[in-house]
Amino acid sequence: MANLTTNFAGIRCPNPFWLASGPPTNCGDQVMRAFDAGWGGAVWKTIGEPIVNVSSRYSSVDWSGQRMMGLNNIELITDRPIETNLREIAEVKKRYPKHAVIASLMVESKREAWHDIVKRSEDAGADGLELNFGCPHGMSERGMGSAVGQVPEYACMITEWVKEAARTPVLVKLTPNITDIRMAARAAKQGGADALSAINTINSITGIDLDTFTPRPYVAGRSAHGGYCGPAVKPIALHLVQQIASDPEVQIPISGIGGVSGWREAAEFILLGCGTVQVCTAAMHYGFRIVEDMIDGLSNWMDEKGFRTIEDFRGLSLPKVTDWKHLDLNYKIVARIDRDTCIGCQLCYVACWDGAHQCIHLDNHKGPAEITVTPIPKLDAPRPQPSRIPRVDEEECVGCNLCWLVCPVENCITMEQVKTGRPAQTWAERTGV
Amino acid sequence: MTPHTLERFPDLHPPLDRQSALAEANRCLYCFDAPCTAACPTHIDVPRFIKKIASGNLRGSAQTILDANILGLSCSRVCPVDVLCEGSCVMHRYNKKPIEIALLQRYAMEHHHSRPPRPLTPDPRPLRVACIGGGPASLSCAAELARHGTKAVVFDNRPHPGGLNTYGVAEYKLRPADALREVELIRAMGVEFRQAEVGTAVSLKDLESQFDFIFIGVGLGAMERLGIPGEHLPGVIDALRFIERYKTQPDFQIGRTVIVIGGGNTAIDSANAAVRLGAADVHLFYRRTEKQMPAFPFEYDHSKVEGVRFHWLAQPVAILAEDGRASAVRFVETRLGNGAPERIPGTEYDVACDMVIPALGQTRAADLFPVESKKGIILVDRPTGRTSNPRYYAGGDCVNGGREVVDAVADGKRAAQAILSSSPRLRDSASEAGPTHG
Repeated sequence: MANLTTNFAGIRCPNPFWLASGPPTNCGDQVMRAFDAGWGGAVWKTIGEPIVNVSSRYSSVDWSGQRMMGLNNIELITDRPIETNLREIAEVKKRYPKHAVIASLMVESKREAWHDIVKRSEDAGADGLELNFGCPHGMSERGMGSAVGQVPEYACMITEWVKEAARTPVLVKLTPNITDIRMAARAAKQGGADALSAINTINSITGIDLDTFTPRPYVAGRSAHGGYCGPAVKPIALHLVQQIASDPEVQIPISGIGGVSGWREAAEFILLGCGTVQVCTAAMHYGFRIVEDMIDGLSNWMDEKGFRTIEDFRGLSLPKVTDWKHLDLNYKIVARIDRDTCIGCQLCYVACWDGAHQCIHLDNHKGPAEITVTPIPKLDAPRPQPSRIPRVDEEECVGCNLCWLVCPVENCITMEQVKTGRPAQTWAERTGV
Repeated sequence: MTPHTLERFPDLHPPLDRQSALAEANRCLYCFDAPCTAACPTHIDVPRFIKKIASGNLRGSAQTILDANILGLSCSRVCPVDVLCEGSCVMHRYNKKPIEIALLQRYAMEHHHSRPPRPLTPDPRPLRVACIGGGPASLSCAAELARHGTKAVVFDNRPHPGGLNTYGVAEYKLRPADALREVELIRAMGVEFRQAEVGTAVSLKDLESQFDFIFIGVGLGAMERLGIPGEHLPGVIDALRFIERYKTQPDFQIGRTVIVIGGGNTAIDSANAAVRLGAADVHLFYRRTEKQMPAFPFEYDHSKVEGVRFHWLAQPVAILAEDGRASAVRFVETRLGNGAPERIPGTEYDVACDMVIPALGQTRAADLFPVESKKGIILVDRPTGRTSNPRYYAGGDCVNGGREVVDAVADGKRAAQAILSSSPRLRDSASEAGPTHG
């Protein structure tokens, strides 16, 4: 049976599933219910000088009939007094000593302010601190959040201030709204950070109301850009995590964030080197109960693969990500269509023809035009249906995958390797670069 | 319809609301060269109109349907989609439920018909076409002509146009009000409707002198007779008259025990309606078996659920009377041979009833017109609807022998397109030679 207990930069917890700093970790009651549901840790909603929020704070992107493919928010940090948050942290830690409670912090860029909040948080019993250098809306206009994370020197400086006072592990939460996230990661490392959290939300405008011409979320006739998260951002998050994880100058633990909705995404982040994952949107969508399948699904998968602990598979995918120039130019795959399962939708045909490389054909297409009538058994002999199954020209097929991606039937189109007879050769090898 | 009768005929299928329409529309794969479009006799671009529902472009969705089929609303209700678009959906090959194309089409059409019609402004053509008969074929022909700036006048002898759409479709499928909404849409396109019987009130000679072309869309004739003693008795009413009466006469009284004779879709519609109207027992007799029944299987299945009782291998030989009204039908058992079912002598039996509804199909009588016909069916070139007489085109049941609404719409549209494409040359020769008889 898989063992999910985790030691992340010295922070111990029953499993690697943490709630990310956000609305689900706004108060002690929520965090305690989350721990009851099975969450291994929680990063408290960012604590700082209380702010005032606007009404109407979230908006989302629905896709193809599904709700909340992506979520956007313009909510700021906690709007409750620092004392209240710290008192509740203490209460939670008293009742749940084995679960991780991380205090997310954001105060103005003054050394004393940071020293003060660090000390008070640790006194309340926080197991670790997460510095919010990522929030991209509202707070950044006041010189905090991503305004810090976007300037490596500031990030380094504030991390240093925190480390001067901190006794617990310090995580720096990075913003994706930056040209090269590795610069911010290196700065945090340089400032003494014990670990990184990535990614925070992505600058976004989710959509515009076509009747009022106002973007969402609507606040009295106006809107502002927010931070984007949810399933839609996972590919971006995975890439940025990979960037940090494979940077030789960083090499500190990473808590993966961005579109984790279940155990599969969690496994992906861990395979790219993360020690824990943080979840927000999925919990906002379905509630804390989702952690049950995260634990169950990850455990079953680990059992199947023969992994006993998280460390057994953490980072396994990192060596498999390389620069394009190191890919084998002589590896060739072609599309094959299984005639037994093909349903004849011909989406592969139109995709290949219009969107790719014109190598799928409809050879059986159409006899002479006939008048179509409602078939009435008494009047009409049954007519043979023309085959609608397309054919791949394997000589012309470049193995781009598009037909396989658009095919609605599982395992109908497969991409199969064909022998080229040529030895593996990369662009780097071919050009000597 | 009285409210009382309306209550007896609730919609067979409830409509989709916005959210379920969106979900269903998103389920459509958007096949390339889609088989549903090929299977539709009017070739509605089904994936296109469905994706327009998904994108929130309901106006465009409805227009996509109407461009191919002006009776998109009634077709969405009466089409046997199981053997047409939905029957050809690739989802069947995937062991999944086919896309609910009919309900999606109805959703788009309801949206369209709930809004004021958009004015059409085609370039007018100096061409006049008379459409004889007010049913789906003529409506479709006239609408297609009007879309291209051609004046069309529809002649129908009944108080309301629409033909069987208005008077002959089971009430739980299509109500006259919906059929007439489509008539109004076509009227708004510039088509003129005149209530007049061609052949009596208006002569063909008049039409030929006033119009460049004449489209024949008169459908079929009265229902076939049983040809047995007693069929003129009170209490015997053929299926089409029965359907028309219950749809138009609020005080129509159904019998207590009703016998329907025949195995087609109209027989089934009548039997179902008899149940809905309050008959205690409804029996359907057919001289062959379940397997040979021309009705669509889904109609038969539905009818069994309604409570109609089916009797096979029984042929009526007489309708018996009591107090001058039909009181029973005498049947003889049959057995199947190579040709018509064979009567088995000495197997006669009587079934008591107080209403008999023969549903044997419609007669074919096309001899009114100066065009070639065969066995009462007008002969045409199928892709164009052109008859032996170059000024006459024809479509619908009177040429296809009795099919579905959508087939008539397709016929009418094809004829209109042929008229439009052939008209310049013909008109020139017609104006030189003057009106001629074929």
